[in-house]
Order: sequence, then C-alpha cells, then structure tokens
Amino acid sequence: MIAINNVSKWYGDFQVLTDCTTRVAKGEVVVVCGPSGSGKSTLIKCVNALEPFQKGSVVVNGIAVEDTKTNLPRLRAQVGMVFQHFELFPHMTITQNLTVAQMKVLGRGKEEALDKGLKLLDRVGLKSQADKFPGQLSGGQQQRVAIARALAMDPICMLFDEPTSALDPEMINEVLDVMVQLAREGMTMMCVTHEMGFARKVAHRVIFMDQGAIVEDATKDDFFGKPRSERAQSFLAKILQH
Amino acid sequence: MNYHWDWLFFFQEADDGLMYYQWVLSGLGWTVAVSLTSLAIALLLGSAFGVMRTTPNRWLIAIGDTYVDVFRNIPLIVQLFLWFFVLPELVPRDIGLWMKQDLPYFVTAVIGLGLFTGARIAEQVKAGINSLSRGQRFAGLALGFTEWQTYRYVRLPMAYRIVLPALTSEAMNVYKNSAVTYSVGILELYFQYKQIIEKTSQVLEITIVITLAYFVVAFATNRLFAWIEQRSRVPGMIAGGQGGK
Ligand SMILES: Nc1ncnc2c1ncn2[C@@H]1O[C@H](COP(=O)(O)OP(=O)(O)OP(=O)(O)O)[C@@H](O)[C@H]1O
Ligand SMILES: [Mg+2]
Repeated sequence: MIAINNVSKWYGDFQVLTDCTTRVAKGEVVVVCGPSGSGKSTLIKCVNALEPFQKGSVVVNGIAVEDTKTNLPRLRAQVGMVFQHFELFPHMTITQNLTVAQMKVLGRGKEEALDKGLKLLDRVGLKSQADKFPGQLSGGQQQRVAIARALAMDPICMLFDEPTSALDPEMINEVLDVMVQLAREGMTMMCVTHEMGFARKVAHRVIFMDQGAIVEDATKDDFFGKPRSERAQSFLAKILQH
Repeated sequence: MNYHWDWLFFFQEADDGLMYYQWVLSGLGWTVAVSLTSLAIALLLGSAFGVMRTTPNRWLIAIGDTYVDVFRNIPLIVQLFLWFFVLPELVPRDIGLWMKQDLPYFVTAVIGLGLFTGARIAEQVKAGINSLSRGQRFAGLALGFTEWQTYRYVRLPMAYRIVLPALTSEAMNVYKNSAVTYSVGILELYFQYKQIIEKTSQVLEITIVITLAYFVVAFATNRLFAWIEQRSRVPGMIAGGQGGK
C-alpha cells in the first residue's frame, strides 16, 4: 500500500531524513516512534507529499508521489491524515468541516456528504455536536472530529502524526479508542505516536527513528521483546517510565 | 471677533444656477463614489497580491513584493500625477491622446487611488494569512484541496476575519485620501470646499459642514465594518484568532 524507498531530505545543509526505507502493507498498522526532532513528522508528511524530498521514492497504491505528473490533490484525497493540533477549520461548523472536502474535492452532493459526515460523527460519539464550532469543543472531541473528517473521504489508508500528544491526559483514551477500533476494522495505518499501549494493542510493526534514519523496523513482538539497538532501548525506557 | 456668521448662504444661488448646499452635496457624492470604487479595486488587488506573496512560488512572491514596494512608497499625489500626466506621454500617441481626451478623470482617479490603497491592503492580507498556523494549509492539502482551494475555503476566510480591524481603518483612510483627487480635476468635497471659500468667504460655516460630511461618511463606514465583524465572529474563538504554530 505504502512503499518508502531510500528517501532522503535536506533543509539546506541539514539532512532531516537519511535513506529511509520501509513498507506498509494493506491492512497493516505501523507505529513510528523516536525522539523529538528525529524526523517522524517529516517522514510521514512525505507519504502524501506535504513535504517534498530530494532523493528516493514514495509509492502509494501504485502511484509515485514524487512524479511531477502525479495528480497530488487526487492522491491526497485518498490518504487520510490526522494532525497533532487537530487543524479543524475554525470558521466552519463541525458539519461543514466534515462535508466541505467531500463536496469540493470528491464532488459529492450536499445530501450525500451530510449523510456520510453525520454517520461518521455518530461513530466517534459526537453526533450531538454537529452544529457547534471547533472552538466550542474540547481537544479530545476536536481530534475525534478530525478523524471523522478524514474518514469521510473514504481513504485507502490513514496517517496520524502524534494525534494525542497535544491532549490532556484524560482525553487521550477517547481518541485512542477510536483509533483502535479503526485498526481492528482493518484500516491501513501509519501512526507517529509514543503511546506504547496503543502499539502493543494493535500495531503489527514498530519503526524507531533517530536523527533522520530508521534505526529499527521490527514486528511488534520483536520490538518489545528481543534485544535491539541501544538507542531504542534507552528511548523506550524513558517513555515507559510515565 | 467680528466674523459675520451667515448659515443661510448655503441657500444662495451660485453663479452656475445651483445653490451652494448643492455644491456640497455634489462634492460629497463624488467623494463617496471615488472612495467606494477605489476601495473595491483595492480589496481585489490587495487580496490578489497579498495571496501571491504567501504562495510557495518565488516569481509570484517577487511580483507581489514589487507591487507593494512601488505603490506604498510613492506619495499618492505623485502617483496620481504619474497616471494623469506622465503615462499618456509614454504610451503610443493615439492611446495617449485618448487617455487625455476621452478617458473619464473618474476612471483614472479610482485606478490610481485603488492601486495605492491596494498595496496597503496587500500588506495586511499577507500578514493575516501568515498569522494562521501552517497546519491549516497542510490540513486543507491533505484533504485533497488544491493550493488555491486552501486559500478559498480555509485560509482567506480566517485571514479576513483577523485583519478586519486593519481593513476598517484602511477603508476610513480612503475617504481622507480621496481629497487628493481634487488635484487631478475630480469635483469632490475638498474641491467644492476650496471653491466655496473663494466665492463666499464664509470660511467657518463651510469648514464646519465639510468636516461633518467627512465625519459622517467615515463613521458610517466604521459602523458598517463593525457590523461585518459582529456577523462574522466565530463562536468559541478567542478574539484575535488562533495562535500561529
Ligand atoms: N521547515 C524546516 N526548516 C528547517 N528545519 C526543519 C523544518 N522543519 C523541520 N525541521 C527540522 O527537521 C528535524 C525533524 O523535524 P520533525 O518535525 O520531522 O521531527 P519529529 O520527529 O516529528 O519531532 P517531534 O517529535 O518534535 O514532532 C528537526 O530537527 C527540525 O528542527
Ligand atoms: Mg513531529
């Protein structure tokens, strides 16, 4: 589904990504973790070409994103993305947030878009909030709406960039629950997160990044069980403390 | 003080058969027409060039920057003289002649004032867009919006809300700046003011009336923008927009 092949990226002289290679198969859930500044966000943004890269190739569902002939809006419409800071559109109601891209990008009619949007809103448990504005919702609620907004596009896979790290602790689980459910339904997912409980529960593989490189790329059991690189060990020890 | 007050002079007939109060009204009409038309042009140009300066395309950025640098840094009166007296000499002779003889002063004046004001609005629109979080653009793109659609549906609606107070003062400034167009032959309020003083010497009365007239249009504009601000307020959002991340 997603193939990242030898991707390297520089900001001027500074190399953010070094020769990154990995794969996410259909229905697979891959968790990406690593210290701050290691390039996790940059890597995941390369998948839907929000970040350009200078070397290597990313192929999503058979389409190379770095190919200048690729219709990027169409490709991105098939790849759902959820951000650390939710990024709902503040001037639109929740309903409008859920329907605007369905109508303007997919060309769905208003009825159909509304129907779809409200169904997904119900699924994340927020049907009663349909007419509110994002600023009137808690962080956890906003993030669940953001997930519903991405799902409304009928994506073939989902990208998550630290979806719970801007949330108060008591709201983390309501978002993780939605993600767990999604994973169990077979959604292809690539999640940057430090929630190791989530990783243990649903991940198939865990990728550990450090200084722009993929240091570990292992099945969940290997990652949590067998000996591995020292950097990943000390990182895990640190985050598992809390 | 020996000033001879005479408010009734407004109802005396001037030498063109109209009464002086009608001169004032006609001047006010031209002031409003020039100002509102210029403002409309300025909003269009300011939005277009302001947006260009926030795109990832360095050519568009360069064009937008040049526009703002040029039109913000040349005094308005010089710009008007350039459009009225210099440009017709630089273009082919036929076009120059047409500009001097057939092109209404009004058109040239509103283009001049519109370009000047547009440069200031472009600056504000750019600042408004840049104050939004980068993530908003990413979120739009990730949903499949084109770059233009992220402006249309995501970034501009918020940017305008954020710069509305600045746009309000810009709109009020246009009325003041429109007085400069008297120098290129627009028979607006300030022109009538000078003319009435020349003919009647009732300086105090006419000054009071003209001041009030400028005040009324500026105040009405202020109220209109306040109403727009009220209407477009986003529930649940802290005034001043969201922080930039
Ligand atoms: N626009 C940019 N220009 C220059 N350097 C950048 C830019 N964006 C990111 N970087 C740098 O690239 C590196 C990787 O950033 P990235 O955001 O991908 O890290 P991350 O692993 O997601 O970190 P975090 O856990 O803090 O989100 C960092 O050192 C960052 O400072
Ligand atoms: Mg990050």
